[in-house]
Amino acid sequence: MKQVVKRPASLTDKAFHFCPGCHHGIVHRLVAEALDHFNVRESTIGVASVGCSVFLYDYFAIDVIEAPHGRASAVATGTKRVLDDRVVFTYQGDGDLAAIGTAEIIHAANRGENITVIFVNNSIYGMTGGQMAPTTLLGQRSTTSPYGRDYHRDGYPIKMTEMLAALEGPSLVARVAVDKPANVKKARKIIRQAFQMQVDNKGFSFVEVLSACPTNWGLSPQEATKRVSDEMIPYFPLGIFKQKDVVDVL
Amino acid sequence: MPALKKVFLKGNEAIALAAINAGCHYYFGYPITPQNEIPEYMAKHLPEVGGEFLQAESEIASINMMLGAAATGVRVMTSSSGPGISLMQEGFSYFAGNELPALVVNMSRQGPGLGGINATQGDYFQAVKGGGHGDYHLIVLVPHTGQELYDLTIKGFELAEKYRCLTLLLGDAILGQIKEPIDPWKPEQVGGDPDRDWLITGAKGRPPRLIKSLYLADGEMEKHNWRLQKKYQRMAAEDVMVETRDTDDAKLVVVAFGSMARIAKTAIVRAREQGMQVGLIRPITVFPFPGEIISMISESVPRFLVCEMNTGQMVEDVRLSVSRNATVDFYGRPGGSVPTPEEIFDRIKEAYDACRQ
Ligand SMILES: Cc1ncc(C[n+]2csc(CCOP(=O)(O)OP(=O)(O)O)c2C)c(N)n1
Ligand code: SF4
Repeated sequence: MKQVVKRPASLTDKAFHFCPGCHHGIVHRLVAEALDHFNVRESTIGVASVGCSVFLYDYFAIDVIEAPHGRASAVATGTKRVLDDRVVFTYQGDGDLAAIGTAEIIHAANRGENITVIFVNNSIYGMTGGQMAPTTLLGQRSTTSPYGRDYHRDGYPIKMTEMLAALEGPSLVARVAVDKPANVKKARKIIRQAFQMQVDNKGFSFVEVLSACPTNWGLSPQEATKRVSDEMIPYFPLGIFKQKDVVDVL
Repeated sequence: MPALKKVFLKGNEAIALAAINAGCHYYFGYPITPQNEIPEYMAKHLPEVGGEFLQAESEIASINMMLGAAATGVRVMTSSSGPGISLMQEGFSYFAGNELPALVVNMSRQGPGLGGINATQGDYFQAVKGGGHGDYHLIVLVPHTGQELYDLTIKGFELAEKYRCLTLLLGDAILGQIKEPIDPWKPEQVGGDPDRDWLITGAKGRPPRLIKSLYLADGEMEKHNWRLQKKYQRMAAEDVMVETRDTDDAKLVVVAFGSMARIAKTAIVRAREQGMQVGLIRPITVFPFPGEIISMISESVPRFLVCEMNTGQMVEDVRLSVSRNATVDFYGRPGGSVPTPEEIFDRIKEAYDACRQ
C-alpha cells in the first residue's frame, strides 16, 4: 500500500492526550507541517502557554520554553530579540491570550515583533474545567456563566483578530477554522503563510484558529464541530484581515 | 582583570556600566523613579556594543521578556522599584521554577502603595521571604557604596549563572542617586558559557530541550523542589558575603545593611572615638543570610542593635541567628526621612549603656 500522508517530522511519535474531537491536535499538525515545509525544525523555538496546549512540548520535536499564563508573547519577544535568526512562535488559548495576556499580545503585535502567534479560540477555558472565556459567545453557558453569557454583566465576546488588524504593527492577521476539510486546507495555507512572514523577516503574524472543546461544551465531537460552523464562524468571520506587502524589516 | 579609567557616576549609572562591562547586552524595563538612570543609560549605551534596549509595556512584560532571553543563555537584566517589583514577582517565581539566570535591580521606594520615592528598606521581606508563589528564593545582594554597586552587579551575574537563579540587587534612592568615584573593571568571563547543556537555541543536531516549571507526574514536583532547596543550601554554604568590623572586643554590635549601614558606620566611628567598644556586622548578602557568622559573634557579644529603614524586618533574621543569651535591640524608621548619624549614635549609646548595667 502506498503511504500518502506521513506524520510531520516536527512532531514526536507520542499520541495526543487531547479529548476526542478536540481540535488542538489538528492545529498541532498544521503547525508542524509548516515547520517541516520551511525545514526549520532545528532552528525553531516554541513558547508554550497555559491551558490544554501546555504539553505541546511532548508533541513537537523542537526546543520549547513554557511561559506564565498570558505572557507567551513577551517571552517570545525576549527570545527573538536575542536569536533573531531562529523561528519563534507562541501557541496560546483564548483564556491565555485574550484575558490575562491582552496587554502582552497587543504590544508584541504593535511592535511588529518578528514572531508567529497561533491563537486557538475554543470560546472557553478548557484546562480549568469550562469557565467563561473572553471569547465565550453571548448566551453560551459555562461553569461561570451558568445562565448564559450576558453582555450587561460580562461584555461582548472579544474579537482579537479584528482588534490586532487595526494596529499598524502586524504584518499578517487572519482567522481560520478546522471544522471541515475545505477550511482545514485554508487553515494549512494561512498558517504556512504566517511562518513565511517570519522566515522572510517581515514581522508579526497572527492566526486565530476557531476550535472545538467538546468536553466543556458538553457536546459530542460531531456536534461540537457543527457548533464551530453554525455558531462561532458567524460571529468570528474567517479570512485574512490584514496583510502588509511592504514591511519595515526589524 | 583589565583596569579601566576612573569615572564619576551616579549609583544607578554605575550599575548600568557594570552590567555592560559584564557582557549584559540585553535590557528590558519600564520606567519608575528612583532608578530611571539605569534604563536611560542602557538605551544610550547598549546600541554602542551591539546590544538591545527594549522599553516594555509593563513590568510584567519586562520580566517575561527577560525569561525568554535568559533561556538562550545571554546575560540579561531589568531594574525597577517597589510597585514595579511587585508586578514582577510572578516572573520571579517562574525564574525560580524554570531555573534561569538573570539580574534584577530594586532601587526601592517607600510604600505601601504608590508611596514615595525617598530611601527606605521596606522591601526586605519581599526580597528575602518570597513575594511570588512557591518555596523559592532569590540571591539578594545589598550594596552600600557606588563602588559596591558596580562590583556586586558583576558578581550578581556570576552568582545567577552559578546557580541558575535570579539575583536581586536591592538598593534605595540614596544609593541610586549619590554620585561617587568608581573604579570600573571587566570580569575575565563576560557572558556565560555558551556550551551549557540547557540553553534553548533550536534543536540543531541534538535532541530537543525544554524549560518548564510544571511537574504533574507522580513525585516529579517533590524531586524538583528538593533540588531547588539543595541549591539554596549550597548558596548558604558557599556564597554568604558579610563585612564585620571591630567585633572581637565589642560589647555591642550594630547590624545594618545598605545605606543604613553607611550611616551607622559614621555613628560607630564616633562611638569608638568616645571609647565605646562597638562593632558592626554588615550583611552583603541577605539571602543567603549570614546567620552563622552572627551566631558565632553572639557567643562573645552580649548585645546587638539592628538598625533599618523600616519598622523591623531583618531584625527577625538576626533574632533567629543570635545565641540564646544575647539581647537584640531594634531601631527603625518607616521611610519618609533618613535617620542622621547623630540619631543612630544616640541609640547606640542607649543600648551600650544598657549592656553595661
Ligand atoms: C496566573 C494564572 N491564573 C490562572 C491560571 C489557571 N488556568 C490554567 S489554564 C487556564 C485557562 C486556559 O484557557 P485557554 O487559554 O482558553 O486554553 P484551553 O485550555 O481552552 O486550551 C487558567 C485560567 C494559571 N495557570 N495562572
Ligand atoms: S478540555 Fe477541551 S480544549 Fe482541552 S483537550 Fe479537552 S476538548 Fe480539548
